[in-house]
Amino acid sequence: MNELPTFLLDGEEVPFQPGQTVMQAALSAGRYIPHLCYHPEFTPHGSCKVCTAKVNGRTVATCTTPAEAAIEVESNTEELNELRRTLVQMLFAEGNHFCPSCEKSGNCGLQALGYDLGVMTAGFRHLFPDRPVDASHPELWLDFNRCILCELCVRASRDVDGKHVFALGGRGLEKHLIVNAESGKLADTNVAVSDKAVEVCPVGVILRKRAGFAVPIGRRRYDLSPISAQAREDAPRPMEQRHD
Amino acid sequence: MADDFPDLEARVRRIASGWGHDPARLVQVLREVQEDCGYVPPRALTLVARFLRLPFSRVSGVASFYSFLHTEPRGDYRILFSDNITDRMQGNEALIEAMCRQLWAEPGKVAGDRLVSVGRTSCIGMCDQGPALLVNGRTIPALTEERVRQVSDLVLARVPLGEWPAEVFVVRDNVRRADLLLGQSLNPGDAIRAALQRGTRGWSEHAANERSWREAYVGTARGPVATLEEIKRSNLRGRGGAGFTTGTKWEACRHATGLTRYVVCNADEGEPGTFKDRVLLASHADLVCEGMTVAAYAVGASQGLLYLRGEYRYLLEHLQQVLERRRAANLLGAGICGQPGFDFDIQIHVGAGSYVCGEESALIESLEGKRGVPRNRPPYPVTNGYLQQPTIVNNVETLCAAALIAVHGGDWYRSLGTLKSSGTKILSVSGDVARPGLYEYPFGVPVRQVLEDCGALGTQAVQISGPSGICIDPTEFERRIAFEDLPTAGAFTVFDASRDMFEVARNYTHFFAHESCGFCTPCRVGTSMLVGAMDKIHDGNGSQHELSEMARLNRVLLMSAHCGLGHTACNPILDTLKRFRPAYERKLRSLDFTPAFDLDGALARARQMTGRDDAAAHLGSPP
Repeated sequence: MNELPTFLLDGEEVPFQPGQTVMQAALSAGRYIPHLCYHPEFTPHGSCKVCTAKVNGRTVATCTTPAEAAIEVESNTEELNELRRTLVQMLFAEGNHFCPSCEKSGNCGLQALGYDLGVMTAGFRHLFPDRPVDASHPELWLDFNRCILCELCVRASRDVDGKHVFALGGRGLEKHLIVNAESGKLADTNVAVSDKAVEVCPVGVILRKRAGFAVPIGRRRYDLSPISAQAREDAPRPMEQRHD
Repeated sequence: MADDFPDLEARVRRIASGWGHDPARLVQVLREVQEDCGYVPPRALTLVARFLRLPFSRVSGVASFYSFLHTEPRGDYRILFSDNITDRMQGNEALIEAMCRQLWAEPGKVAGDRLVSVGRTSCIGMCDQGPALLVNGRTIPALTEERVRQVSDLVLARVPLGEWPAEVFVVRDNVRRADLLLGQSLNPGDAIRAALQRGTRGWSEHAANERSWREAYVGTARGPVATLEEIKRSNLRGRGGAGFTTGTKWEACRHATGLTRYVVCNADEGEPGTFKDRVLLASHADLVCEGMTVAAYAVGASQGLLYLRGEYRYLLEHLQQVLERRRAANLLGAGICGQPGFDFDIQIHVGAGSYVCGEESALIESLEGKRGVPRNRPPYPVTNGYLQQPTIVNNVETLCAAALIAVHGGDWYRSLGTLKSSGTKILSVSGDVARPGLYEYPFGVPVRQVLEDCGALGTQAVQISGPSGICIDPTEFERRIAFEDLPTAGAFTVFDASRDMFEVARNYTHFFAHESCGFCTPCRVGTSMLVGAMDKIHDGNGSQHELSEMARLNRVLLMSAHCGLGHTACNPILDTLKRFRPAYERKLRSLDFTPAFDLDGALARARQMTGRDDAAAHLGSPP
């Protein structure tokens, strides 16, 4: 078998399969690059920009940048981590995030990334948007206050569930998650509890009713080890197909 | 409000079938529903989804993206004042206030039993004859107090828009200096025939007679390649601002493999202060079509799309007439100019209020009936453009120049301008000048000469190429308009010494926040944070903290924004801070930090309720 081509990530060689992105190759090799909107099972789209790194001196989103032999990627530098800290702060300031009362605490990608990067404050004035909760569905509820607009549920519903339950509406700071019903209510969509879209939310927007705190705080994913130590968990894997 | 339109289903059905139930025409369908109903009722979204076989969420997501589409009633008369800095300088704010008073309206709200709404919108390309407004999408320029009163009276009398006096809608060209492009006098078809002729020169009779033109060029370096060579030789560069070499773009598209190829004319002239394409489309529409057709010939495309910005909706009927005339003259359609196999036609797509759609990949998304969000690149449009097929997207002015080059050749074109910037550039001059309008110069013209020609006195600053461009001060007026010095998409906005350059930057900063598509975190949040900082300074609560926060935001935007909008959103602030720092410092407090929150002001309501206004009911005013 031919040896795989490699590129340099922070000075160390990372092998890659042709066609992989920088992010996919790094995670496959167990090397962590911070990310929020990237998910191993979906086509990357590069909106959160937390994975921004320097490739041959140019800043790019590593989740959408194809890996190439011999490129030099700088990721774990103070300059880039400061950028990521600011982006995470922007997300905290943009929504309404109250970790102590959130069911997702400990399993939340945003919270885990904040801890990992050492984000101590929101750093910007909070925007305190008015985002009413949708509790119309008998088994699920949506807390839009926590949405970071990563579009994972949009992609999952469209690409895996084949349903288009979620989409984005508005633009700029008014951009927000919408559901596939004229009433705007989740109860009027064909969402199912077993949908991929329901499980993919990295923050606490899409939640099951009557299932809170099944795993106690302290024993959750990012309580056990920091997000940066779990690179392989996010290494690329084939997309589940669940059209029913 | 489902009772508003008992025949809604029939209306939507008619519109959807007019566009062939094509999901890629979603924006056009929504725009026509709005023209028909005054807004897009939620039930219409469901109907559009059904007729175009799209999910409701997709239709709703698109409808809410474009600022000219409303899913709630906005009144029978929907008035939007252009709110560019030039409109401000021409006094639009007093006029908005006057109109609101006359109509008993509040800005941004619907008034008078759903009669009218008065709001603001980004620059509508009338800077040379502002202030201007749009009423139900139609342009009324050159507003005065009398004109505003006249409009208010027409609205109050509920006169249908079609019966308003024609003179209120008259838009002038204001061409002040014409060179080879604005002064051209080609007849329709001249450029196409020249391209075809250039192609046949050198062909053997045999090949020309026995094979179609598409086959004939494959084995030879002649045919459409000859025209492509002239474009390359001319060194024509894109006039939309980026300055990419047109010949290189066309060649890449021509060589890309695909089922078909597309030529897209970018007439989404959204950069505040730019209005040259408006005039080219109004008075040189044949030349624009000619350029598109020559491009189609050179790259081998059979379908053209003209993306007309929503603000120029008033040009649609005129453009359609031009297309009809050209079809009748065999300058569009099958076998153009009698050349077998040369099939090409143009469809017009009207935008709906989105600056970011001027970015070529966002424009393509919009053409496909999606939210206007820039794509990840690579791949580039030349290989994966409209419907994933090889596509060239060119600015209106670029295509006009290409048509001239097809007639006169690349060497002729390159003899004008500078070494790296060949040909001429049309500048849209506005602001504090005696003679605003279009000025076409060979590249290399110094800023000083433009200022002299347009009658600018006591100039403090010139904004070159709009908010995303560069702001220069009098020490730089010897600099030249050229890609190698001051590249520009055409805006040339002049500010005299009476203008507050901080307010100029603040207006532009609001513009970017309003137009951010919201796709990426840095731009979506960062542009709003910039607005927050600029407004805080404006309100007299700014301090060093705001300046350092803006510097930090700029770093984030430059490093990580998804597209040019984010990369340049901080330019107006940085340029004016560098050159006009006192305009900021005058407004700053000497402290390191001042809260934006006015504690004493927040008590005003309590004072009013308790009927107190004594000293003890006030907190010490901020230092």
